[in-house]
Amino acid sequence: MTSVLYDAPGPKAKRRNVIFSVIFFVLLALLLWWIWRVMDEKNQLQWSLWKPFTQSQAWTTYLLPGLANTLKAAGLAMVIALPLGAVLGIARMSDHRWVRIPAGAVVEFFRAIPVLLLMLFANEVYVRYTGISSDDRPLYAVVTGLVLYNASVLAEVVRAGILSLPKGQTEAAQAIGLRKTQTMTSILLPQAVTAMLPAIVSQLVVIVKDTALGGVMLNFTELLNSRATLAANYANVIPSFIVVAIIFIILNFILTSFASWLEGWLRRSKRSTGAVVGVEDVTELNAAEIGGTHGTGAGKGGA
Amino acid sequence: MFDFLSNYDDPSLLGAFWVTVQLTVFSAIGSLIWGTLLAAMRVSPVPLMRGFGTAYVNIVRNIPLTVIIVFTSLGLADIFGVTMGAADDFDVKYFRLAVLGLVAYTAAFVCEAIRSGINTVPVGQAEAARAIGLSFSQVLRLVVLPQAFRSVIGPLANVLIALTKNTTVAATIGVAEAALLMKEMIENEAQVLLIGGIFAFGFVVLTLPTGLFLNWLSKRLAVKR
Repeated sequence: MTSVLYDAPGPKAKRRNVIFSVIFFVLLALLLWWIWRVMDEKNQLQWSLWKPFTQSQAWTTYLLPGLANTLKAAGLAMVIALPLGAVLGIARMSDHRWVRIPAGAVVEFFRAIPVLLLMLFANEVYVRYTGISSDDRPLYAVVTGLVLYNASVLAEVVRAGILSLPKGQTEAAQAIGLRKTQTMTSILLPQAVTAMLPAIVSQLVVIVKDTALGGVMLNFTELLNSRATLAANYANVIPSFIVVAIIFIILNFILTSFASWLEGWLRRSKRSTGAVVGVEDVTELNAAEIGGTHGTGAGKGGA
Repeated sequence: MFDFLSNYDDPSLLGAFWVTVQLTVFSAIGSLIWGTLLAAMRVSPVPLMRGFGTAYVNIVRNIPLTVIIVFTSLGLADIFGVTMGAADDFDVKYFRLAVLGLVAYTAAFVCEAIRSGINTVPVGQAEAARAIGLSFSQVLRLVVLPQAFRSVIGPLANVLIALTKNTTVAATIGVAEAALLMKEMIENEAQVLLIGGIFAFGFVVLTLPTGLFLNWLSKRLAVKR
């Protein structure tokens, strides 16, 4: 294979690659053997520690309810954050400075703050100023923190989605006499939403991962929190961590693969303008640019 | 209004943010080293190394950072007896464990940032360099890496900002950084909004200038194509 770094290997390079492969394989095998030995030394390989995961009780009592809460919090956060993000994103592209600048400030502010701070703050506000029962409060606090953070991230995704559309879309809409609002709601937004789908799905991975924070800091009974209860019951800390990690990996891997598939499908499909906000683009959206300079995008209507 | 701050001196407000800064700096250095090694594996001609790099990135990226950090405490420290050279000093031990977890996690993102930077260099650049007779190390040193480094600054800046915010996860194993102090203050003091504002302001101060500077730098150094 050829890459920018090296050419297709000749006989000498092939021999060298084989030697490197062997050395690396030996190192890797040594590492795995060492991990296995340490696990064995600390009695973490005993079947009694792993056995609970082959029985239904560990799953139905601890892991599945935990997973359900993780998904519930993540789903709720996404469903609430999406419209909020759309409003913020569109507001940030407004022609009016008094709309654009506050929206930009809100977006940048919440993106600059760790989501844990938002969760802790929301939790305390609920404790003091609302009558939400202490059973429901962790869920409310986790979802609030996630919504505040992700709405501002999704605002940028929405903005990128609208800006990714060809300029001709806006121009054609103006030519047939649509107003700014009409251009946005009936021409730009529907196409932008399709273009944004991959980015939205991959943002779901971030949300799923962040719910675990609420499990430890706010005692929200999601998957990681259920793991602690399970491990306290079966005394199997290491196996429970490994199983929970695998559940997270599978869940997020499915979401990531779905996002990539969606992106490929959208790029191939002939019905759209071909504009896509990809999986990679979400991280590319810069984390620190106070707004105001982006007002003249595709959302700009007639004077 | 700010009187209550004097009740907290271990750590104080500035002390807690100093721990946050330390966590960020040490994790940034560690993850830059480990992430660069991983990136080197991912772009190497040896299939086994590529496979290992890809597997590491895909596994670590999909595990929540919280799981990794909590595991360093409950798993590595409690079960396997990893003390990070500080068996007696719990503060130092958990600080180092948190750095270890942050490095393991952030390195996957550093690796991807570097790899995408290398991929932005057109193959024609290396082909032209080889055509005029440059050796492998010359191709890397004179043509590919100078271009790759410049396009890596922007993505790496985003990783650094994300890392700064991710250091708050160290609060889950009791490292006395900003988020843990905020939790303590907000539960005990009356001024909820003020405390939230102070800590939010602290993080804005930490992330915004870094972001603006590195973004400016990456635009200035960008290779025009």
